[in-house]
Amino acid sequence: MEKHVVVIYPHPDDESFGAAGTIAQFRTQGVSVTYLCGTLGEMGRNMGNPPFANRETLPEIRKQELIEACKVLDMELSMLGYRDKTLEYEDRQEVAMHLKSILDEMEPSLVITHYPGYAVHPDHNALGAAAIEAVKLMEPGKRPTVWAQAFSNNFKEALGQPDINNDISDQIDKKIEAIFCHDSQAGGVISQRNKTENNKIDLKAEAQKQMGQEQFYTWDFNS
Amino acid sequence: MKPIEINKVQEKLENYVNKDVYVHLETTNGAYASHVNKNAYNVGAYIRNAKVTFKQAKIVGSENVYRVGLKMEMGWIYAEGLTDYTMHEDTKLLLAGHDREGRLMVSLQISETPFNY
Repeated sequence: MEKHVVVIYPHPDDESFGAAGTIAQFRTQGVSVTYLCGTLGEMGRNMGNPPFANRETLPEIRKQELIEACKVLDMELSMLGYRDKTLEYEDRQEVAMHLKSILDEMEPSLVITHYPGYAVHPDHNALGAAAIEAVKLMEPGKRPTVWAQAFSNNFKEALGQPDINNDISDQIDKKIEAIFCHDSQAGGVISQRNKTENNKIDLKAEAQKQMGQEQFYTWDFNS
Repeated sequence: MKPIEINKVQEKLENYVNKDVYVHLETTNGAYASHVNKNAYNVGAYIRNAKVTFKQAKIVGSENVYRVGLKMEMGWIYAEGLTDYTMHEDTKLLLAGHDREGRLMVSLQISETPFNY
């Protein structure tokens, strides 16, 4: 059984869309989970529909949404203070050292992050790469397992089938509750995936259809 | 934000003329554009807290979609597709264009003090 799981993603809502079911499963097993959230999604273009946020109020709104989602998922939250859309321009080694200092203290048994190069958003790829670098910098005996999440259109052709395929249908209600804490983002994200306008579909039904499974690749540090 | 009222926004713009101001100018179609549509391109640009002075400012448009041009000593600042505005913290003029699902496509913001960074 895992001892402590640390989730490292760059945006408020990545945890809910990407791993809420897995997080909820760990919590029901009594495993503690911490989310290291890289940014506040300051540059997001979803402002709610109809819009209730603007470019200047969005960070605080997303911060509150994030805090609510972490309450729903019953996990600890630590905000890393980077800025949305800039992570790939930060010094990779510096970000890795920052993450390593946190991981050294938390001593997780498992880290969940994005698969660099196969996670679509530049922030996902950059923070995933820094997280993996951080674990590489640890002594081999002290390294946590790393689960990396890929979802680019070509990921299965390039990487093969993920080895971790979590059926999260027992936690789908919890996942949807977490997603909809992100009121400014949820509708826009779900409808974009469905390629429809978000006032024309049942968002919760659509989310259930899209999200029964969460997949990850166990990172191989020996290759 | 609320739909642009052209006369009110013109008046707000003029309050910033011939002053040192900070500008946020942005356009985006999101980081997932080509992910969800192979024929689309990811295109975006932003500049935050550019310190400028403009000597003329004008909002033009019709049918609820507007353009703003700011004339500087050596050049121009321009934004197209603006639909909504608000005064943030009473002193910062925020203009933005949203698509029919409320997503921000373009923004032009002007303030005498820097925007949070």
